[in-house]
Amino acid sequence: MVAKPVPGGQVVLTSTDYIIDLSRKYSLWPLTFGLACCAIEMMVAYAGRFDFDRFGVIPRPSPRQADLLLIAGTVTKKMAEPIVQIYHQMPEPRFVMAMGSCANCGGPYYDSYAVVKGVDRIIPVDIYVPGCPPRPEALIYAVMELQKKIMRMKLERTYGATVQAEKGSRDLTGEPA
Amino acid sequence: MQSEELIVTEGGLEMDTMFVNMGPQHPSTHGVLRLGLTLAGEVITKAFPDIGYLHRGTEKLMETRSYHQCVVLTDRWDYCSAMTNNLAFCLSAERLFGTQVPPRAQALRVVMCELNRIASHLILLGTYGIDIGALTPFLYTFREREMILDLYEKCCGARLTYNYIRLGGVAADIDSGWVAKCREFLEFFKPRLDEYDTLLSFNPIFLARTKDIGIISKETAVAWGLSGPNLRGSGVSYDVRKSEPYCGYEQYDFEVPLGASGSCWDRYFCRVQEMRQSVRIVEQALAELPTGELMAKGVPKIPKPPAGEAYAHVEAPRGDLGIFLVSDGGAAPYRLHVRAPCFINLAILQEILVGKKVADVIAVLGSFDIVLGEVDR
Ligand code: SF4
Repeated sequence: MVAKPVPGGQVVLTSTDYIIDLSRKYSLWPLTFGLACCAIEMMVAYAGRFDFDRFGVIPRPSPRQADLLLIAGTVTKKMAEPIVQIYHQMPEPRFVMAMGSCANCGGPYYDSYAVVKGVDRIIPVDIYVPGCPPRPEALIYAVMELQKKIMRMKLERTYGATVQAEKGSRDLTGEPA
Repeated sequence: MQSEELIVTEGGLEMDTMFVNMGPQHPSTHGVLRLGLTLAGEVITKAFPDIGYLHRGTEKLMETRSYHQCVVLTDRWDYCSAMTNNLAFCLSAERLFGTQVPPRAQALRVVMCELNRIASHLILLGTYGIDIGALTPFLYTFREREMILDLYEKCCGARLTYNYIRLGGVAADIDSGWVAKCREFLEFFKPRLDEYDTLLSFNPIFLARTKDIGIISKETAVAWGLSGPNLRGSGVSYDVRKSEPYCGYEQYDFEVPLGASGSCWDRYFCRVQEMRQSVRIVEQALAELPTGELMAKGVPKIPKPPAGEAYAHVEAPRGDLGIFLVSDGGAAPYRLHVRAPCFINLAILQEILVGKKVADVIAVLGSFDIVLGEVDR
């Protein structure tokens, strides 16, 4: 962003990408959606000590209002279908964060007959947070990494910001900002 | 939504019933519970809890894990009170092995489990407040809960899934600094309980939404096999810590708080009072902490118990948690069954939700304090 003095004040010149990404980055609204144990740590991150609100992360109860789907917990085969449905109900651009070993790869239930071994088998994932459960600090770090990733999004790659509706933001590559 | 059948109201008005899905993604179901509700206008005519969205097959998995590895999986049932799950499994397995747990480990188990009861009830206070529409208590209760988690972290390194209580004893010792910090917390916490009472328990709006809602009579509560604060809220005095003391609970002086009418508020208030009793137990246990070993002698790395079966149950924050273990002499349990209090407490919903208004569903459901990890396992 460049600020140039002109007679009577200043004018700010910026690229459209930059200003869109900046606003997107600081209003990441996740869906309040807890699956298992990790959801408790997610709730802690919203509470006083860790205070997610500082990052513009404010929970929304409806997928229609959410940008970020936090998969906090074990994805079972029975739950897989509702999760895909919720994902499709979210407006674009949408981001998915897999929180905890269960959502990453099955975790302690790697050999269970009822568990999907990683949520990335059913929906594209942007950020993986390891841990069982990850600490709230790790979750905050993950949000900061996602914000960096959002800053690399460019309009020219597709209309809107996400590459393709079905791919989600998985193809989000490019030079660091 | 789809119409189910035609009903005629008293005024002679014909109307359809409506089927509404609540969950599995709903901010007030505390996890992935799905409730199928049939409504006539605003009144529920049929309620049907659909569970299994968090079924992880733990009981089956445990048949392939060694006894030490099983403890890890027990943490993830009722993740709000992982310590009591560890304890229930270890008590049952120790019965199978015939292990004697040293006195210091017994006392540490009591301290940790009672702190966990407080932490777990604090989650309920916060989230129940949110369900009813009071957002503020959540921030206060989670502040206090963080202090307990700090204590846990200092002792065993984990915040939520502790794996602290092991077969034959406990994993780590506490030092004098920990005891001082714990006392400091208890002193800080006692006046906070009164604060919650003014903030939430006797708040007129909260009272109006919970006081005469979801009443369960003594007989109904017993007939549906409720346990824990849900049963005691109806006035039935049953607490495993009193009726079948384990870990030396008989040495401690505490009361079992009872509710008067079995309404949502009684169930809620039972929990608030239980926290006071837990504080008392922790104080007593810390005052006379025995010295000595933390682990029983001779627990092997890969334990192979003699063939047989054992059952042990504990008073978890959500009720009577029992573990039934069958061994065929191998390194893994032959069969393990959990008497999960949440699963059994949940069943009564289909009876008591009938005739209630839609808005009361949340109040009733929240007051049961279910954890889906334990319902589905
Ligand atoms: S990663 Fe661990 S804490 Fe998180 S949901 Fe899975 S088992 Fe629970």
